[in-house]
Amino acid sequence: MNKTIRALMGATALCATAGIATAQDNVTLTVATVNNGDMIRMQGMTDDFSSSHPNVSVEWVTLEENILRERVTTDIATQGGQYDVLTIGTYEVPIWAEQGWLVALDDLPEDYDVDDLLPAVREALSVDGTLYAAPFYGESAMVMYRTDLAEAAGVTMPDSPTWTDIKGAAEAMTDKENEVYGICLRGKPGWGENMGFITAMANSYGARWFDMDWNPQFDSEEWKATLADYLELMTNYGPPGASSNGFNENLSLFQQGKCGMWIDATVAAGFVTDPENSTVADSVGFAKFPNREGVDNHGNWLWAWSLAIPASSQKQDAAKQFIAWATSKGYTELVAGKEGWRAAPPGTRTSLYENADYLAEAPFAEMTLSAMNAANPQKGSVQDIPYTGGQFVAIPEFQGIGTAVGQQFSAALAGQMSADDALAAAQSTTTREMTRSGYIQ
Amino acid sequence: MARAVTRNTRIGWTIVAWAVALVIFFPILYTIITSFKSEQEAIAGFDLIPSLTLESYQTVQTQNNYFRPFMNSVILAVGSTLLALIVAIPAAWAMAFSPTRHTKNILMWMLSTKMMPAVAVLVPIYLIFLRFGLMDTRIGLTVLLMLINLPIVVWMLYTYFREIPGEILEAARMDGASLRDEILYILTPMAVPGIASTMLLNVILAWNEAFWTIQLTTTSAAPLSAFIASFSSPQGLFWAKLSAASTMAIAPILILGWFSQKQLVRGLTFGAVK
Repeated sequence: MNKTIRALMGATALCATAGIATAQDNVTLTVATVNNGDMIRMQGMTDDFSSSHPNVSVEWVTLEENILRERVTTDIATQGGQYDVLTIGTYEVPIWAEQGWLVALDDLPEDYDVDDLLPAVREALSVDGTLYAAPFYGESAMVMYRTDLAEAAGVTMPDSPTWTDIKGAAEAMTDKENEVYGICLRGKPGWGENMGFITAMANSYGARWFDMDWNPQFDSEEWKATLADYLELMTNYGPPGASSNGFNENLSLFQQGKCGMWIDATVAAGFVTDPENSTVADSVGFAKFPNREGVDNHGNWLWAWSLAIPASSQKQDAAKQFIAWATSKGYTELVAGKEGWRAAPPGTRTSLYENADYLAEAPFAEMTLSAMNAANPQKGSVQDIPYTGGQFVAIPEFQGIGTAVGQQFSAALAGQMSADDALAAAQSTTTREMTRSGYIQ
Repeated sequence: MARAVTRNTRIGWTIVAWAVALVIFFPILYTIITSFKSEQEAIAGFDLIPSLTLESYQTVQTQNNYFRPFMNSVILAVGSTLLALIVAIPAAWAMAFSPTRHTKNILMWMLSTKMMPAVAVLVPIYLIFLRFGLMDTRIGLTVLLMLINLPIVVWMLYTYFREIPGEILEAARMDGASLRDEILYILTPMAVPGIASTMLLNVILAWNEAFWTIQLTTTSAAPLSAFIASFSSPQGLFWAKLSAASTMAIAPILILGWFSQKQLVRGLTFGAVK
């Protein structure tokens, strides 16, 4: 073998080694997410992550919420490994973690300060004390109301209203001739739409989905009172076509000044007080999620859009680095520096609510923190229950059952059936599904 | 016997036809109008006069580069259509000109595959794609879309071929034409209107396919259906942006349909009048 050939072979070997080393160092993460404002903002901040992690590039896959859930479920179940970071909620995390589908986040860097996470959120994203997802932004639920309409109607909204207070305020603020409706609530069927709200409302009435033997409880007095009051509120003081209204539709109505009150996720507070998009930004007040007199429960609504790593990912180290960046205090400061404190992702860290700049810019901060700290998704109802979850029941079957029950309640709101018929149908559907799934022997 | 149509009747039917067309087209028109509004205008209520801002288009393009999914859509739609024609023309020829007693059953069986909901075979196909490394690839999706639309292509071509007199093909054979020559030089040119309308319909179906193209792609092969899906938001009002994304996604196929509507109608009504 002559010298030239040897030199060429040596050079080839070196190039190949260098190539392999480069390929190992350069990682492309695929992040699956939904198209919420805070996630879009995160995509815009990716350059900051890339500058501190030059070997990690990020590809975004943005999907509609239900499609994302479907795709991610299929991918995890088949060990597809298509995604390295997932955006999921407090409903999925405990269920998927118990299945062994998620990577434990028990070795986040020290400066991440995991103890700074809001206790309720941290607990909701942990199984047996181990964190399986890091919260990106969190929410509870509260009353958002028009202070100008309340004043004009002579209504004083207490910080912690009861449902009787809400009914009185809705009646006083309703002015249908001018298209002002006293109250806007979710009516669109879906486990994460109307059933998110109605389940929280039922909790605040002392109701529960199941007894300790997993028997559905829609025939209880508490559920009857919940649905009767919900329908009465919406029929008398709600907007027309409310059975088609979800979060976005109600947000639009409130921003246009057509709702006296809106009871929904705390994250909406940032939208309705945004002067660029809301016509009523200067006249919005906040109050705790209502409860029924004598029931010490304010719905226990708790949700956190969170970042998790599927066990099928081949790039778990880089994925952890990304999650540690996106859910860090540093990221919050980055957003605040570029877009102001109002844009900071809410509801995840205690330190945010101790920040004077944030408190000055976000009038809803105090009530949001109070609502999140009050939520106890580990025990959603005042009665004994065999499940966890506040505005949902954390079992895999809930998506199907919740949506089926939501359709009955939405039909009742649309006037297609009575409240009693809707509850009877919900009881029979849920009993059938729970028996089929083996919960009821 | 043809019946005389009065002027008033003709005007009446024209108005009805325009009204029906407007009702059918209105959702698309309103999507286009909304895409030229600001987000504030979009949520403000029903209004047919936009402020003609291009803000949403700019945001959509910045947030999610349009050209990659657009190219993927073109490749998938055209690729799967060509592939389907290569397979379907010989199949339809055999069924139209050399039928056996099982031909009808085979045609019905092919059509029956369209009756099954796609989600029923999601997991097996997902696993096949995973095992063969076809996930998020254009080649995998092109073949899949071809297979999905193949029954319709075969059926349509079979119907067109049946209209062509077999005697012409027999004459060609007597003149020494091989099977390949017969299909390529006699049958295909005679069935051009039918093949063209089949092609157009298949391109439209492949372009609009939104189940498999979303389920089996992530970034590299994701077409415009995935592009639109990425602008739907559970918490936030992005109606103008969603409308802009939809307009960008439907514009190419709408323009193609507009220019080829004569061909499309001719092909679809081919053989309708005996």
